[in-house]
Amino acid sequence: MNLAALLCGLLFALGLGVAGMTDPARVLAFLELRDPALMYVMGGAVAVTLLGFPRVLRRARPAQAPCFMLPRRRAIDGRLMLGAAIFGLGWGLVGLCPGPALTDLATGDTDLLLFVATMLVGMAVAPRG
Amino acid sequence: MSSALAPLLGGLMIGAAAVLLLRQTGRIAGVSGIVGGLVPGVRGDRAWRLAFVGGLVLGGLLLATLMPGALPRGLSGPRWLVALAGLLVGLGARLGGGCTSGHGVCGLGQRSPRSLVAVLVFMATAMLTANLLRPLLAGGGQ
Repeated sequence: MNLAALLCGLLFALGLGVAGMTDPARVLAFLELRDPALMYVMGGAVAVTLLGFPRVLRRARPAQAPCFMLPRRRAIDGRLMLGAAIFGLGWGLVGLCPGPALTDLATGDTDLLLFVATMLVGMAVAPRG
Repeated sequence: MSSALAPLLGGLMIGAAAVLLLRQTGRIAGVSGIVGGLVPGVRGDRAWRLAFVGGLVLGGLLLATLMPGALPRGLSGPRWLVALAGLLVGLGARLGGGCTSGHGVCGLGQRSPRSLVAVLVFMATAMLTANLLRPLLAGGGQ
């Protein structure tokens, strides 16, 4: 299961790279409505999950684990809205979200290290609910 | 249309990674959720989370070799802004229960109304921030 997780992380990162989404400048260009790339990325990714998830979930259990662990939360509430708004604020400031930030750690750049460090702090201080 | 091809292909790879992770491990490929389970104070299964994050970084190293142009050289904007952005991204993703991958790629794939609302809210907020706030704070540069 851990090898599968590693390979999925690897494929995920390569996908981000091929898509151009490891470059925060490209993400900012989308957010500034100058470059539609992120829309194609999302479209491609969601097309695969829309088709793939229902097929996978028809299985009795995952291939390498006892059961599926799906999010149980369904509420559309203040916590969701506030969290998404705070996330969007941070994302729009430099054009980085968690996946690309971790992938870009490979550059060893101090800006990236700083971003990931404070991101982990933000995750640690977030109230659990 | 050729400028759409690479993003589309990359998107298909990201979607495939999410479907494969669910198929093999039963887990959702939400990066903030996976990493959030690794911060101090949270208990539970760390090994597969570390493996996934290790895969991301390994992927980054591979990209640095195979397509170095894909990786950024630093971030634009002052250090304090980078630090603040990271803090907000981490806090917001955990509070809102997901980020671009969890709510976006996976939530939309499950036709989750909750994820759709989250995506609309963070897209709108990020667009407003990038267009209105960032030019004031990032100072001169790009």
